[in-house]
Amino acid sequence: MIPSPDPALLAAITRATCEAFRQAEITLPPDVKQAIRTAEEHETSEVARGELANILANLEMAEALSVPICQDTGVPVIYLTMPPHVPLNNGIYEAIAEGVRSATREIPLRPNVVGPLTRENTGDNTGEGMPVVHVRPGDRLTITVLPKGAGAENMSRIAMMLPSERGLIPKFVAETMLIAGGKPCPPVVLGVGIGGTFDGAAALAKEALLEPIDTMTPYEKEILAAVNALGIGPMGVGGRTTALAVKVKTAGCHTASLPVAVNVQCWACRRATVEVPC
Amino acid sequence: MPPGNGGGAVLSIMDLCTPLSHEVLMLRAGDRVTLSGTVYTARDEAHLRMIEEGIPFDPHGAVIYHCGPVIQGQRVIAAGPTTSARMNSLSGFLIERGVRALVGKGGMSRQVADQLKGRGVYLAFTGGCAALAASRMTLKGVFFEDLGMAEAVWVIELDRLPLVVGIDAAGNDIFEGVHRNAQAEFRKRFSPKKETPA
Repeated sequence: MIPSPDPALLAAITRATCEAFRQAEITLPPDVKQAIRTAEEHETSEVARGELANILANLEMAEALSVPICQDTGVPVIYLTMPPHVPLNNGIYEAIAEGVRSATREIPLRPNVVGPLTRENTGDNTGEGMPVVHVRPGDRLTITVLPKGAGAENMSRIAMMLPSERGLIPKFVAETMLIAGGKPCPPVVLGVGIGGTFDGAAALAKEALLEPIDTMTPYEKEILAAVNALGIGPMGVGGRTTALAVKVKTAGCHTASLPVAVNVQCWACRRATVEVPC
Repeated sequence: MPPGNGGGAVLSIMDLCTPLSHEVLMLRAGDRVTLSGTVYTARDEAHLRMIEEGIPFDPHGAVIYHCGPVIQGQRVIAAGPTTSARMNSLSGFLIERGVRALVGKGGMSRQVADQLKGRGVYLAFTGGCAALAASRMTLKGVFFEDLGMAEAVWVIELDRLPLVVGIDAAGNDIFEGVHRNAQAEFRKRFSPKKETPA
């Protein structure tokens, strides 16, 4: 029989979840801030620079006032690592959901979660299948949150490409941004999932958004160059920076398949990790 | 932070103040401006209500802000722009009644650009900049509060909000130009190599 987790541990998980949201919603990670600063230096158009200057001023203001960076505080996506000695059961999931409710009240977050057909708002950012929780084994108990706003999420795409079309992956990614234009609040970060299964590719694309954006492989840089050549620029006003980074994650797939997913992330590439001592 | 810091080269900026008048006709797409004075927030539901019941404020020289803010008591907590394209088919009556500017993000349709000709402008505010926006806003009142926080018409006083002219009163549209160029670049880069005829 699996022992129930210690109530003190569950309370710590709730607090850690809330704290991770507080960090993610108010302060962007250093690598993302630096990428936006670098983009501002590299823009030559006055209008594009103005958009990035607004974004940088907004980041300072959010930190100074301890308020969310953007009024779309997203839906809760959570990545959990569990050490071998802590049993995983529903209590852990419920503790995380309670952390989301606390964060919604205390930070505060905009209640964004609705029933997909009724469109009724649950009022606390939890609901059927919400928060989304992905679990992996690890050495330590860590909670990583990725609040995902709708403007960028809505422009994401998936394709079941042919194995012979792997050279067309950069085209598919660039086409995703051509269709998106200024709508996903560029400069974006593009998470690209290649391989796995239909659902797996989309999960990989989202996980790619957790990776630091200050390093890229030559393949990622090649895709980034194709995207930035479009000249959509910050907020779609034209400019050199349409994307700050492209991050690719791969998984083995069927010999007859090539699933490719692009998860679009606005410039507010929010993520934060809090460890729970146990 | 001192006002005006949000926009980089402050010197080139024209300061607009409501109610707006003929000065908006001189603006050109791509100009950077600041906006002070009263704006009225309106999203999808507020537009539908105004079409049905009439405009609850004086539309002459007024400014509409496409925004669903987070309001706490009498305080604006977060108030970045929402996607203006959702209001593409809902804005004509406002412009006809004398509204001089629509503020939002992402641009609007050719239909709206035509409706604005000789009358007013579309001003773009940087998406996601909710904290910056809120720091330059004072809440003055509300109409249609029954529509809920995001959809109600909030009356907000602005202090030099930094904006870009997205569509001018001559019909020039920076978003349209950028999209055309992006399409051309995409075709150039990714078109299949031309076959040499035998």
